[in-house]
Amino acid sequence: MNPILVYIICFPFTAIVGMLVSWIDRKVTARLQWRVGPPLFQPLYDFVKLLGKETIIPKGSSKITFLLAPLFGLVAATFVSMLVWTAILWPEKSFGGDLIVVLYFLMIPSLAVIIGGFASRNPIASLGASREMKLMLADELPFLLAVFVAVIKAGGAIRLGQLIAYQQTHGWVFLSASGICAIIVAIITMQAKLTLVPFDIPEAETELMSGVFVEYSGPPLAIFKLTRMMMLFTLPMVVVVVFLGGMHFQGISILWSILKYVVLLVLIILIRNTNPRLRIDQAVRFLWGPVTILGVAAVVLAFLEW
Amino acid sequence: MGIKLKALTKSPWVYHLSTGSCNNCDIEILDCLTPRYDLERFGIVLVGSPRHADALLVTGNMTMKCIPRAKEVYEQMPKPGVVIAIGTCALGHGVFDGSYVMPKTVDEVIPVDIYIPGCPPKPEGIIAGVAKLLAMLKQKA
Repeated sequence: MNPILVYIICFPFTAIVGMLVSWIDRKVTARLQWRVGPPLFQPLYDFVKLLGKETIIPKGSSKITFLLAPLFGLVAATFVSMLVWTAILWPEKSFGGDLIVVLYFLMIPSLAVIIGGFASRNPIASLGASREMKLMLADELPFLLAVFVAVIKAGGAIRLGQLIAYQQTHGWVFLSASGICAIIVAIITMQAKLTLVPFDIPEAETELMSGVFVEYSGPPLAIFKLTRMMMLFTLPMVVVVVFLGGMHFQGISILWSILKYVVLLVLIILIRNTNPRLRIDQAVRFLWGPVTILGVAAVVLAFLEW
Repeated sequence: MGIKLKALTKSPWVYHLSTGSCNNCDIEILDCLTPRYDLERFGIVLVGSPRHADALLVTGNMTMKCIPRAKEVYEQMPKPGVVIAIGTCALGHGVFDGSYVMPKTVDEVIPVDIYIPGCPPKPEGIIAGVAKLLAMLKQKA
C-alpha cells in the first residue's frame, strides 16, 4: 500500500472508527446502567443532524475565531492519527522527532476548545475554557513524564518507528517496573486529555450545562463532537504505540493488536462509569501530586534500567 | 429539508424549559430519562444549552415574567426544531385559568407542535406523545 493512500483515507477511516468507538462507549455505559442503549448508527445520526442545523453566531463574539476553532481541533486530530498510522504501517518511514510532533498536536484539540470557548463571549463558556486550561496545565506534565520513560528505555529514540522497532526486539516498554508505573500515569492523563469523567470538569453538565460548547450549534458543534470521537480512537493508539509495541497486521497478530486497543478502551469506559466528577482544584492536586510523583518515579526507575 | 428532518427524528436532543410550573411535570420528564424508561434508545438526550436542542419540552403556565424568556429560548434554538407542550397547565391553564399573572397560554407565545395532556402526564404518556411526533415528522420528511 502506498503512503499517499494512507494520507487520503486517514480522515474518513479515523472518523468512522471514532464514531464506532464512541457508540461502543455509549452502549457499554448503557449496559452498565442496565439500559438498552443507542442503536449502532447513533453517532452518525447525531453528526448528520447537527450538520443540517442552523449555525448561530452569538452577538459580539469573535466570528472568525469562533468558527475556525473547531476546524483546528479536527485537523490536529487527523494529523496525529496520520502520523501514528504511518509509523505503525511503515516503522522505517517515520521521520526523526515525530514523537514530539505528535505530542504537540495532541494538545491542539484542547487548545481549540479553549479558543472556541473564549471566543463565544459567554460567561459559562469562558468558565469552562478556563477550567480546560487548568486541566491541560495539570495533565501535560505527567503525560510527558510517562512518554519520557519509553524514550529512555529505547535509548533516546524520538521516532515512533524507532520505538516500535525497539519494542519488537526488546519486548514492550510496559513489561518492566518503570513501564507499569508509566502506563498507569498515561491512562490517568489520557482520561484527563479526553475530558471524560472524573475529569469532565470543563463541560460539567450539572453545573456548567455544556461548558465550552454552550454557544455552539449546528456544524461547528458537529465538528467538535467528531474531534472528540476521533481523539477517543487516536489517543489510545498513541499509548499503544509508545508502551504496548504498536500494531502488527500479519496473520493472527491482527487480533492481538486489536485486543491491545480494546483493553485500553474498556479501561477508559470503566473509569468513566465508576467515578464521580472531581472539582478542578482536586483534579490539579491529584494530577500534580500522586500522578506526577509516580511519573517521576517511573523516570528514575527507567534511568536505573528497571 | 428531507434528510434534515429524517436525521432529526433519529436523534432529537431535548431542552427542558419550565415556564412557571409546579415542578410535577418536570419530575415526570426527569423520570423519562432514567434507566427504567431509557430514552437513549431513540437517541433522545437531555442537553443543557438551548443551542444544542432540537426539541423544547415546555411545561408550566407561561406566567407574565416568563413570556419574553420563553420567546428568547425559542429563538436561541437552532432551526429546524420542534416544541412539545407537556401538562395541563401548558395546554390551557388548568386550575389556574383566569389568573391575572397568566395572560397567555404556551401556544399563544411560541408555536407548539404537539400537546401532551395530564396533570402530570405519566412518563409512558410523554414517551407515547414524543413517538407520535417523531412518526409525524418522518411522514413530513
